[in-house]
Amino acid sequence: MATTVHEAPKIDFDRLPSQGSGNGGWRDLGPAGGDLRRVKPSSPPPASTGIWVGLAAITMTFAAFTSALIVRQGAAPDWQHFTLPSILYLNSLIIIASSITLEVSRRQIAAFMGSAKTEGTAPARWLYVTLSLGLLFVAGQTFAWLQLRSQGFGLATNVSYSFFYVLTVAHAVHLLGGLGGLVRVIGKLNHSVLRRSTLNATSLYWHFMGVLWLYLLLLLWMKL
Amino acid sequence: MHDMSAHAAQHGAPTSFIRKHVFSLDHKVIGKQYYALALIAAVVGMFLSWLMRIHLGWGNFAIPGLHLLSSTGAPGNVMTPEYYLQLMTMHGTIMVFFVLTTAPFAAFGNFFLPIQTGAEDMPFPHFNMMSFWVTFVAFVVMVAAFFVPDGPSLGGWTQYAPLSAVGAVGGPGQGLGVVLWAASIGIFCIGQLLGSLNFITTTLDMRCKGMSLMRLPLSAWGWFITSMMGLTAFAVLMPACILLILDHVAGTSFFVASNLVINGQILPHSGGSTLLWQHLFWFFGHPEVYIAIVPGMGIVSHVLITNMRRPMLSHRVLIYSMGALAVLSYMVYGHHMFVSGMNPVSAIAFSFPTLVITIPSTIVVLIWLGSLYGSKLRINSASLFSLGFISMFISGGVSGFFLAQPSLDIMLHATYFVVGHFHLVMGVAAMFGIFAGTYFWFPKMTGRMMNETLGRVHFWLSFVGAYCIFMPFHYLGMAGNVRRYQAFTDDYLIPLIPVHKFITVAALVTGFVQLIFIYNLIYSRFKGPVAPSDNPWEGTSLEWSTATPPPHNNFGDKMPVVYHDPYQYSVEGASADYIMQTSPEKLTNPHEEK
Ligand code: HEM
Ligand SMILES: [Cu+2]
Repeated sequence: MATTVHEAPKIDFDRLPSQGSGNGGWRDLGPAGGDLRRVKPSSPPPASTGIWVGLAAITMTFAAFTSALIVRQGAAPDWQHFTLPSILYLNSLIIIASSITLEVSRRQIAAFMGSAKTEGTAPARWLYVTLSLGLLFVAGQTFAWLQLRSQGFGLATNVSYSFFYVLTVAHAVHLLGGLGGLVRVIGKLNHSVLRRSTLNATSLYWHFMGVLWLYLLLLLWMKL
Repeated sequence: MHDMSAHAAQHGAPTSFIRKHVFSLDHKVIGKQYYALALIAAVVGMFLSWLMRIHLGWGNFAIPGLHLLSSTGAPGNVMTPEYYLQLMTMHGTIMVFFVLTTAPFAAFGNFFLPIQTGAEDMPFPHFNMMSFWVTFVAFVVMVAAFFVPDGPSLGGWTQYAPLSAVGAVGGPGQGLGVVLWAASIGIFCIGQLLGSLNFITTTLDMRCKGMSLMRLPLSAWGWFITSMMGLTAFAVLMPACILLILDHVAGTSFFVASNLVINGQILPHSGGSTLLWQHLFWFFGHPEVYIAIVPGMGIVSHVLITNMRRPMLSHRVLIYSMGALAVLSYMVYGHHMFVSGMNPVSAIAFSFPTLVITIPSTIVVLIWLGSLYGSKLRINSASLFSLGFISMFISGGVSGFFLAQPSLDIMLHATYFVVGHFHLVMGVAAMFGIFAGTYFWFPKMTGRMMNETLGRVHFWLSFVGAYCIFMPFHYLGMAGNVRRYQAFTDDYLIPLIPVHKFITVAALVTGFVQLIFIYNLIYSRFKGPVAPSDNPWEGTSLEWSTATPPPHNNFGDKMPVVYHDPYQYSVEGASADYIMQTSPEKLTNPHEEK
C-alpha cells in the first residue's frame, strides 16, 4: 500500500486514511439529524468485512456438501461405514496447535508495536512455525489419502469414501489458500508494511479453517 | 486475498493498453467488458433460439449451412432430434448465466455501484478483474462444447440427473459435453462469488461521506441484495458441479442409482440419488431467477423515478420487499420439484412460501403502479422499456400464482405454460431491464447519446413481439403441449402446430428487431451526438454529478459528500426541479422517510 511507509516498526496499526472514500461506513448509520448525517471520519477497512463475506460463502459451500452427504446416505442402503485413518486425529492436534502459534505471533507483533524498539526479535518467527504446522497438516492429510488408497479404498469404492475424499480435499484446497495468506503476511512483515486488517483477516481465515476441520472431522466420524 | 485491496487512488490510472483495456482493474472497464460479453452471449443465444424455432415450426426445413455447425447433428442441414435438444440446452444455459446474470448484475453493477455509493473503486480490484476473466473463461469452455466430437449436452439448463450423470451412453453430448457444461458453470460460480464479494464490501464499506444505506439509490440496492443472493447461491451450485463432474470422470455414484440400464447397457453406478441433484440445483436455481430480476427491478425503479420527477410511494418498502424476495427465494425452491415424487407434505411446505413470495412481488408492482399513477412521465426509450419491464413482470408473474399450487402444477409442469411463465417474468422482463439501463446510462458510459427514434421503434416492436411469442405458450401449455420436445407428432399435438408456426414467425421478426438495437448501440458508441451535459436526464444520484465519462477514480480530486436522500425531485420550496444528492442546499420539505 502506498501509504506512508514506516521504516520500522513495519506494522501499520492505523487505518488507511483513504480506505474508502472516507466515508459513511455501515456501522455509522446515524439518524437523519441534520443535513449531513452523523458519520465517522473513516470506515472499517474492507478487508475486515470482506473476510466475513468470504467465510460466509465457504460456509455455504460446505453446508451444501453436508446436506448432499445426508441426503445421499439416506437415499440408498449401500453406504459403507469405515474407520477414519487415525492420523486425522493427529492432524487435528496439529491444526489446533497452528491456531495457537498464530495467536502467539499476533501477541508478539502487538507487543513489538507497543515497545519503541526498532530492532530485536523478528516477530515473524511464530508465523513461520504456524506455516510449518499448516504444511504438516497438509502432509498428514495426504498421508491419510495415500493410506486409504493403498488399502484399496479409492474415490469410487463407495459413496462414503467419495464424500471422505471430496470433503477433505475441498478443505485442504481452502487451507492452501490460508497458507498463501500466511506467506503474504510474512512477506509484508519482512519487506513492506503490514496492515493490521491484513493480519486480522488472515488469522480469522486460518482459525476458520481449523474450526471447519473440526466440524468436518465430527461429521465424518459420525457418518462414516 | 484481502491484500488485493489496492485502491483506485493507489493503483493509479493505467498507462499500458493491456492494463487499460484487457486486464483492467477499473470497475468501469470491467463493467463494460461484462456488457460486451453479455452482448455476444445474447446474440449467440438468440441465434440458437431461431434455429430451434425454425425446427419447431417447420421440422424438415433445411437451414442452409447448419451442417457447418455440426455435420452429425444436422446432416443435410436438418437437425436431428438430439441436436435440437443440444441447441436448447445451450440456449437456456447461455441466456440464464451469461446474459441474464452478467448484464443486469455484473455489467451495470460494476460500472455504477461504486459510483452510486461514492467510492473510488471496488475494494478488491484484482478480484474484480479475475471475476470478469474467470467468467470469460467459463463462456469459452461452454461454447467449446459445440466443437467437441459429440457436441454440447442435451440435458437442458437444469441438467437433471441421472441423464446428466450417466455419461456418453445417455446420448450425444452426455459425455464430454456435460463435463464441459459442469466445468464451465463451476468456473462461472467462482467469477460471480468474487464479484459478489466486491459488491457487498463496496456497499458496506466504501460509501462516501453522508451516504447512509437508505440514501443509496434503488439501483444500488438491487445490486446489493442480488450480490447477497449470488454469494449464497453460487456457493451451492459450485459443489453440485464438482459432484457431477466426479460422477463422470471418477466413477462415483452421487446421482446415478443402482442397476440403471440405458441402451441395453447396465451402468456401473450404485445407489445414487437423482433427487439430490434437483435439491442442490434448485436451491441455487430459484435464487438465481431473482438474481436475474432484482437488478432489473432496481434499474427500472431508478429510471422511472428520474423520468417521473418524483420518488416512489415508498423507498423503504420497495427495498424491504426486494429484500424479502431474496430471503424467501431460498424457501421456495421445492416448487420446481412438485412432480419429482417428493412427499406431498413437502409439496405443501414449499407451496406455502411460494404463495407468500407473491406478496412482496405484488407490493413492488403496486408501488410502481401507484407511483406512476398521475405522474407526468417523461416518455423516452429508457422509460418505455421500464414500463415494458413492469408489464412483462406482471404478465409472467400471474402465471406463477397458478404454478404455485401443486394440484395445478401436476398438470402444468413440464409444459409450455412454464416456458411462457419464465420467459415473460425472467427472460423478457430482465432483457427489458437491460435495455432500460442501456438507453438510460449510455451517455454516462460512453459520453454519447443513443438515437431516440430507433430506441422507440425498438421498444414498440419488441414489446408487441415478445407478447406474440410468449403469450401463446400459455395456451399451448394448457392444451397439454409438453416442453423440450423437438416435434409434435401425437394426435393431440398436431392441431397445435399452427400456433408454433405463428410463434416462430414472431420470434424471427422480433429477433431481427434486436438488430436495430445493436446497430444503435454500435453506431452511437462511435458516431452518436455528444452528450449535451454530464446530466442529460436531470438525475440526482452520484453518477450524474461526476464527469462524462467518469475519470479513473470516478470523482476527480474531490470526493463527493452526500446531503440528501436519493430522489429529491419536485421538492416544495427548493431552488430547482431537482436537488442533487451532493447539493448542500438545505431543504425545508425534503422527500425523506423516517
Ligand atoms: C409471482 C411469483 C412467482 C411464483 C409464484 C412462481 C412460481 C413458479 C413455479 C411454481 C414454477 C415451477 C413450475 C414447474 O416447473 O412446474 C416456476 C417456474 C419458473 N419460474 Fe417462477 N414464479 C414466480 C416468479 C418468478 C420470477 C420473478 C422469475 C424470474 C425472474 C421466475 C422464473 C421461473 C423459472 C425460470 C421457472 C422454470 C425453470 C425451469 O423449469 O426451467 N418465476 N415458477
Ligand atoms: Cu422458482
